[in-house]
Amino acid sequence: MSEVKSQGIDRRQLLQRVGLTALIAGPGISMLSACATGGSTNSTSTVKSNTGNAANPFGVKAGAPLDVVIFKGGYSDDYATQSHEVLYVKAFPGAKVTHEGIVAIGKTLQPRFTGGTQIPDVIDNSGTDLMDNAALVAAGQMQDLTQFWAAPSVDDPKVTVKDSVLAGAMESGVLAGKPYLMNYVATTYGLWYNQALFDSNGWTAPKTFDEFKALCEKIKAKGITPFAYAGKNASYYMYWLIEMTAAKLGGNQVLLDIDNLKDGAWTADPVKKAAAAWAEICQKYSDKSYLGLIHTQVQTLQDQDKVAFYPSGDWLENEMKKIAPATFKYTIAALPDVGGDQMAYPAIRVAPGEAFFVGAKGANPAGGMEYLRRMLSKEGAQGFFQKAGGMTVVKGALEGLQLSAGATSVVAAQKAAGAGIITDSRFENWYKQLETELRTQTNLLCYGGGTADAFCTNMQKAADKIKADSSITKQTR
Amino acid sequence: MRQGKYPFIFGFLAAPVTLYVVFVIWPYIQAFQISLTNWNGFSAPKYIGLDNFKNLFSDDNFVAAVEHHVVMLIALPLVTVMIALFFSFLLNLGGKLQGGQLRGVRGANLYKVIFFLPQVLAVAIVGVLFQTIYQKGDGTNVPDGVINGLLHAVHLPTIGFITNPAVALWSMIGVMVWQAVGFYVVLFSAGMASIPKDLFEAAALDGAGRFTLFFKVTLPLLWDTLQVGWIYLGVAAFDGFAIVQVLSIDNGGPNHSTTVLPLEIYRNAFTYSKFGYASAMGVVLFFMTLTFAALTMRVTRRDSIEF
Repeated sequence: MSEVKSQGIDRRQLLQRVGLTALIAGPGISMLSACATGGSTNSTSTVKSNTGNAANPFGVKAGAPLDVVIFKGGYSDDYATQSHEVLYVKAFPGAKVTHEGIVAIGKTLQPRFTGGTQIPDVIDNSGTDLMDNAALVAAGQMQDLTQFWAAPSVDDPKVTVKDSVLAGAMESGVLAGKPYLMNYVATTYGLWYNQALFDSNGWTAPKTFDEFKALCEKIKAKGITPFAYAGKNASYYMYWLIEMTAAKLGGNQVLLDIDNLKDGAWTADPVKKAAAAWAEICQKYSDKSYLGLIHTQVQTLQDQDKVAFYPSGDWLENEMKKIAPATFKYTIAALPDVGGDQMAYPAIRVAPGEAFFVGAKGANPAGGMEYLRRMLSKEGAQGFFQKAGGMTVVKGALEGLQLSAGATSVVAAQKAAGAGIITDSRFENWYKQLETELRTQTNLLCYGGGTADAFCTNMQKAADKIKADSSITKQTR
Repeated sequence: MRQGKYPFIFGFLAAPVTLYVVFVIWPYIQAFQISLTNWNGFSAPKYIGLDNFKNLFSDDNFVAAVEHHVVMLIALPLVTVMIALFFSFLLNLGGKLQGGQLRGVRGANLYKVIFFLPQVLAVAIVGVLFQTIYQKGDGTNVPDGVINGLLHAVHLPTIGFITNPAVALWSMIGVMVWQAVGFYVVLFSAGMASIPKDLFEAAALDGAGRFTLFFKVTLPLLWDTLQVGWIYLGVAAFDGFAIVQVLSIDNGGPNHSTTVLPLEIYRNAFTYSKFGYASAMGVVLFFMTLTFAALTMRVTRRDSIEF
């Protein structure tokens, strides 16, 4: 719904489509592989193994130039020119950083990768014209980031880069078994409420579904709708909740199984329980009239304290900035436990995105990794937050900063969750047909008098249909 | 002159026919060709025979869409034509007999403008408009829309116009009728204006009432116009894409209760990247529209009345 979300979908969608490509990226891919096999490019620079020097773990040569390409989209590229590149130059005073902020990443860079000239060191491979990651890996164009993640972090040499980011952030960049991508931006999902309203009534966010239902009764008694989502155009906000609760109950494997179209993934017990739990909430503590509303209508009702809980990602506060009254304190809540949860409260979903990679055949891959390492410093993450308005995968990067109510609550929720990070669901973009059916079934379940059993059976049927359809390219994770 | 006839005609026709072939006929032929493949928009298409067409029949959404078109095909022309005929009759012949002349009701021209107004509104605006007109409240926090507000005021049960799957399709048809009536009022008015007034006056003097005037005089003389209107509306009933897209829940919901073929085609092609399958739907839609037009022409054929 927000710009951030829609961009994410487009990018991932394109990622998927470009993956199938023969027509558009096809020639590029074959040329890429031709280069890789033909050996027309001579990679002169190699990365020395970890030097053990915390200030320069990859052994960047002093004064070596660095070529950075940033996708100039919703986040623009000020965060690079005014923060990250400045940080890099400060650490390596003689280095000359060449910056390119471009929209059409693929059109600009594909010829350079295929030609083997002017290959950048750091690439923000995003936007609607991004390059096919799998093809780049196959062509040996991406630097393996294993030693990057194992290197000491900028802020604390005792902590590795991997441990300085949120759980699951490194894994989200694994391609063909190795970490090639560094996903930088983190989007957090949960239930949103108005802290001011809750404080004035003495309510607290629930930790279990029993508490949730008890609280809903109290909220209802006040004439406020306890929970609602917009059925007309944003039923996917609702199925995120079902996905998250299923993952809490049965672990992230439940969502991986669904993504991998595993037999019986939808009829698994955690999914059924999650669907039943949310169906009860919708049917008892929401109203069918919300089925006919769009997201801005429901969000506005929440801003007027007519709806207590609303599911969304962390763009919500920014999206409603002009409508929500000044007294409204957006706060994110982790989902309550159904009972017997493997990922107990306060586990939360954080989806990493905006992938960066280092050009393996560029002039300065060590510098590229060093640049990524600086990006993942707290200072780099704060620079991104200030210039681009997005939160990053860097743990606790925004602590101590003066933040909005919503952002503060997101930072706190991430910290409280610790290792309890619910993974994202990729089938939503891989198999749009399944996603469309999920919207229909979610609306049926929540506002159409459906049952959890019917929900699971119908979804399994739809998933089986996708699996059996040979015209759809299958993906796994 | 006789010799130069063909080059002359050819010279005039060359440009439009070329444009028509390139931009209309050729895409049609291509759609037929693509419908026999599993093309996903990216990789080279592979011919799979009639598989796409076979799969259509086991596709619940496609079957639902066809059923909706059958309902729309009957309801949309029938309701629209009846309302439009009634209004245009009133506007042209509904007034008093003045000085031996039949006139329309007072302010007929103003009404014509008012009736025509929905026709010039963009469908997106109409969709947003009806979103608030149709809205059903929950009695506390969600307000009722215009219609439900009135129902509520007279203590009648409110209706989930777009949320109730049993009603949703009729709500879509309602909007389409509302939008179409104005145009057909004008069309039929023009038709009635071309009927010589003395025919009406003669009938009126012979003691024909309004009822007789309408059914025995107006309707037979208006038959050709009616036939054209009916076909236009039938073709419109095979569309409905825009209004369903902007007004219905989840694009064709709830639970596929309002989905239409153009929407399914759009979704399969541009969301699911199944261009072959979508083309197969397009081909079926093409033949359905063609059959409808031919049938209507055939069934409604009458000797035209000369006057």
